[in-house]
Amino acid sequence: MQIQEIQDEIVDEFSMFEDWMQRYEYMIELGKTLPLIDEQYKTDDNIIKGCQSKVWVHAELVDDKLVFTADSDAIITKGIIAILIRSFSNQRPADIIEANTDFIDKIGLKEHLSPTRANGLVSMIKQLKLYAVAYQTQLN
Amino acid sequence: MFDVQKIRKDFPILGREVNGKPLVYLDNAATSQTPQQVIDVIVDYYQNYNANIHRGVHALSQEATDKYEQARVKIQKHFNAAKPHEIIFTSGTTHSINIVANGFSSFIKKDDEILVSAMEHHSNIVPWQMLCERTGAVLKVIPMNQEGELLMDVYYKLLSDKTKLIFCNHISNALGTINPIEEIIEKAHHVGAAVLIDGAQAAPHLVADVQELDVDFYTVSAHKVCGPTGQGMLYGKEEWLNKLPPYQGGGEMIAEVTFEKTTYADLPHKFEAGTPNICGGIAFGAAIEYMNAIGFDAIAEYEHELLEYATKKLLEIKGLKIYGTAKNKTSVISFNIEGVHPYDIGSILDKLGIAVRTGHHCAQPIMDFYKIPGTVRASFSFYNTKNEVDILVDGVVRAMKMLL
Repeated sequence: MQIQEIQDEIVDEFSMFEDWMQRYEYMIELGKTLPLIDEQYKTDDNIIKGCQSKVWVHAELVDDKLVFTADSDAIITKGIIAILIRSFSNQRPADIIEANTDFIDKIGLKEHLSPTRANGLVSMIKQLKLYAVAYQTQLN
Repeated sequence: MFDVQKIRKDFPILGREVNGKPLVYLDNAATSQTPQQVIDVIVDYYQNYNANIHRGVHALSQEATDKYEQARVKIQKHFNAAKPHEIIFTSGTTHSINIVANGFSSFIKKDDEILVSAMEHHSNIVPWQMLCERTGAVLKVIPMNQEGELLMDVYYKLLSDKTKLIFCNHISNALGTINPIEEIIEKAHHVGAAVLIDGAQAAPHLVADVQELDVDFYTVSAHKVCGPTGQGMLYGKEEWLNKLPPYQGGGEMIAEVTFEKTTYADLPHKFEAGTPNICGGIAFGAAIEYMNAIGFDAIAEYEHELLEYATKKLLEIKGLKIYGTAKNKTSVISFNIEGVHPYDIGSILDKLGIAVRTGHHCAQPIMDFYKIPGTVRASFSFYNTKNEVDILVDGVVRAMKMLL
């Protein structure tokens, strides 16, 4: 599936919920499906700066696609990174670089997009895209 | 007569909603809310007598200068400083601390010792680290126990004729501990060391009498005492302030300037370079006046009641642990729930309209001490109610149901 299709699918899933509580509960559930980062990569170097909770991300190129794994010590943050990875993982770096992230707003997580928000969703998106840029350079 | 419902009417912001719920504001240790009386003073300044001070010959400038200097006197009287010019207006506690840290560079030499408490805010650690780097002095830490109380016997042992400065907060922002500063100051003076007490967290809860304390420097931020942000004060004993070199160069702080030499202005102007936050200074004075009208004894009594009620209610939650259980503390409760990240609790409380702080509260060494990533901190003010405590407790229980 293309990034856009996955994002539409996520927006669809979230549209079933009526209030923030259900959305948060679902996000927490999604956190449990996060492809976990291998313990050996859970190093300080792989921590995303700008998050109040710890978020580790690892990226690996499999064929021409980027595969992300991650983890967080906070449950809500884990849900957020799970949503991002679901939309970005197994995609070509060039597509990840190009992808927009408006769907975050559509699923009612807009408050997490504020740059002052301590969970650093913005930092997470930036970090995933930086990985894509780095691997794209390698592919060129 | 202390009437919390009447007081709440002074604060327009307390009537608003957040995420469709009535705001429950429990982040008072970060910043306090502003009463209408202070907002009116700010509006009045810009509507009626906005002008630069201390130099204009015209009426507006004179009026603004008078009000600004009257505010200084209000603050002087509140803290019982001996002279108005011992109150230096600053942009806040961080600025105040930096004036002293920078000034002491001239007196500190290699191997001199500076003591800080283990429960300092970053703003009271970093400037001294920088001072030590510049001078080769050594920074030593007064440790604390699990309850969050300073180990005074270790403090006595750390003191020697090498000790030049001691820095300690009056009340810890993360734990709420009221430190025994009388003792700290007295013992420091026995070895000839100077003491700076960071009063940022104390000023909203109690009145420090700087003469009785015999403290050398005392710092306060206006926005913690119902005043505006970007405004604060440095109290310094006159003899110290005369000794310290100025921090910033510019207008206002000079007496005479030629290209060969500049002579500095007298106190307090020596430390008030450039056009100050005139409105902020005046509003700071108004805020202090507002709090005094309610009365600090009444505030302390009421907040203590809130603290006891909240502590009891929160401890009824299974798995909840409070950090900072000093016998002598203010209405700040730092806590965690076993197995839950503080950030998760904070995010859900926000959704319920409850404002708390989560994280390390700019006091990472404290978090390292307890080996935790951070805490949830609820800090109560005199305008909070027991009903709001109940809403907080329900919110925490609800968050736990979602997270555990």
